[in-house]
Amino acid sequence: MNAPPNRIGAEAIAAKGWLAAHKWLFLRRISQIGILLLFLVGPWFGWWIVKGNLNFSYTLNLLPLTDPYLLAQMLVAGKTPEQLAWIGVAIVVVFYFLVGGRSYCSWVCPVNLVSDLASWLRTRLGLKGGAHLSRSARYWILGMTLVVAAVTGTIAWEMVNPVSMLHRGLFFGVGFAWAVVLAVFLFELFVMRQGWCGRLCPVGAFYSLIGKLSLLRIRLPQREACNDCMDCFAVCPEPQVIRPALKGVDGAGPAILAANCTNCGRCIDVCSKDVFVFGTRFGDKVEKISPSAKRIAPAA
Amino acid sequence: MDTEKPRKAPASSQARRQFLFDSARMACGVSLLGLGVGLYARNATALPPAALRPPGALPEPEFSAACIRCGMCVRDCPYHMLHLAKPEDPMPTGTPYFVARQAPCEMCEDIPCVKACPTSALDHSLKDITKAKMGLAVLVDQETCLNFLGLRCDICYRVCPVLDKAITLAPQSNTRTGAHTLFIPVVHSEHCTGCGLCEKACPTAIAAIKVLPIYVAKGQLSAHYRLGWVEKEKAGGSLVTPDVEHRYHTPEGLKYDHRSGKVVPDMPPSSDAAPPAPALKALQGNKL
Ligand code: SF4
Ligand code: SF4
Ligand code: SF4
Ligand code: SF4
Repeated sequence: MNAPPNRIGAEAIAAKGWLAAHKWLFLRRISQIGILLLFLVGPWFGWWIVKGNLNFSYTLNLLPLTDPYLLAQMLVAGKTPEQLAWIGVAIVVVFYFLVGGRSYCSWVCPVNLVSDLASWLRTRLGLKGGAHLSRSARYWILGMTLVVAAVTGTIAWEMVNPVSMLHRGLFFGVGFAWAVVLAVFLFELFVMRQGWCGRLCPVGAFYSLIGKLSLLRIRLPQREACNDCMDCFAVCPEPQVIRPALKGVDGAGPAILAANCTNCGRCIDVCSKDVFVFGTRFGDKVEKISPSAKRIAPAA
Repeated sequence: MDTEKPRKAPASSQARRQFLFDSARMACGVSLLGLGVGLYARNATALPPAALRPPGALPEPEFSAACIRCGMCVRDCPYHMLHLAKPEDPMPTGTPYFVARQAPCEMCEDIPCVKACPTSALDHSLKDITKAKMGLAVLVDQETCLNFLGLRCDICYRVCPVLDKAITLAPQSNTRTGAHTLFIPVVHSEHCTGCGLCEKACPTAIAAIKVLPIYVAKGQLSAHYRLGWVEKEKAGGSLVTPDVEHRYHTPEGLKYDHRSGKVVPDMPPSSDAAPPAPALKALQGNKL
């Protein structure tokens, strides 16, 4: 095989077989769709396993789950939740602290399905380029939503938030939420890959902060085996997180510690050399060169 | 800034200037977005008059600060009469409401909607549903209310769960026929919960009685107003020095009678055997 296969992941499919090269993608779709179904069987068949939506849900009258970002907005707007919502937020924060905050984005959030579809179509149609927007914009927007909540005394962002609009819409009646979701799709398709999820969405930004020190991480124990096919960069929704761990920039790795890795596992799937695995942030240490020492070294 | 780590202070002044410029640009863009969101949120917190909140709901716009748009109240309402606002509805997206004319609140004794609410949006100290204040019924159209027309509809009066307290029927003479009585439905705000059953049941094509948000339906006396009879009752007696009764200079044995405006013999009611005083005859029939 001399000519490099041009479809992303083709090498991995050839090396591992189609199923193994889509394992995490499959599991993720099962998780995403499964969660949607759990919410849907209530309104559809009257089987109330879960009530509510991603903002607050109550499973089997036993497990409360509260969105910490919503709660934060409520608190700065000057209101407090009841006990159940406090318990719910504690469970959610601990959970995402363990599994990585942005696992929410790739395993739970319904907008990810929209975003992934846009990404896939973009690659299929060969759409390149687009507008430039910094990936830090989401943190500015996150800050802005909290300020606006405090100033207006309302959870203002909920009026426009496509994430909860879509999720709520699926179980309580969509209305014009479809238009908002379509806008996100078109934006990610034509204007900017990962334009919403990777740059603007304050929900993802908030979860990334929860997962800043999270336990579950992508590790790269085989990073020496990397053959620079760049498939992981092409498939990753947050490709900037890979380089430090893969190339050992500033002594980083071999775990992806950047908070914006969504733990989607697509990099594991598409790598024909099995460089990536799920692991913890701790483990075999590599010698750490402090960045300042490195910067000074050549001058000395 | 393409890495998500906060950037360390850039080394060269060129880079520092670029960094400041980028930050300023971002701050401006996001502030504009924030302004838009804030203004939109501000405008959308006023509810349309037909939309009522579930029992125990905080007043607007506080409600929009506390409600996390989860829909638990909607799910636990056994009558399925609550909805979450859609993006195109003219109120905060995702917040619960009901429209009385479509499906009113049935005033469940155990108030499951409030129990289900995970926040303070629905006041958990509300334990008695008859204390709820979702709105206030107002007989808005006296021209089409059947009772006002002289018929005995009485439907609103009879369906009201706070029977004979929230709505009473006040008799009034029917000047059209000159011979009958109108039974005017009168709503009493201290008892009306705003459940909307009356509006739902009103048989006219468009309800003559409607539940309106309290801020629309209710007036308020000026703060300095005092109702004399209320104050008197509170104090257990008159608060001003009572007027000294006027004394008339009437001949002995006579007095001035306020009711008839005449001078009458002044004698104890039992002593009707006593002969009339001599001066009486002269004065009989004359007003003083
Ligand atoms: S690094 Fe891997 S797991 Fe993390 S977001 Fe990228 S593709 Fe997904
Ligand atoms: S009191 Fe009963 S009918 Fe009324 S909103 Fe609550 S749950 Fe629904
Ligand atoms: S249960 Fe409470 S927080 Fe949830 S939608 Fe209803 S009022 Fe809002
Ligand atoms: S809204 Fe109508 S039915 Fe309900 S308590 Fe008030 S007067 Fe009675």
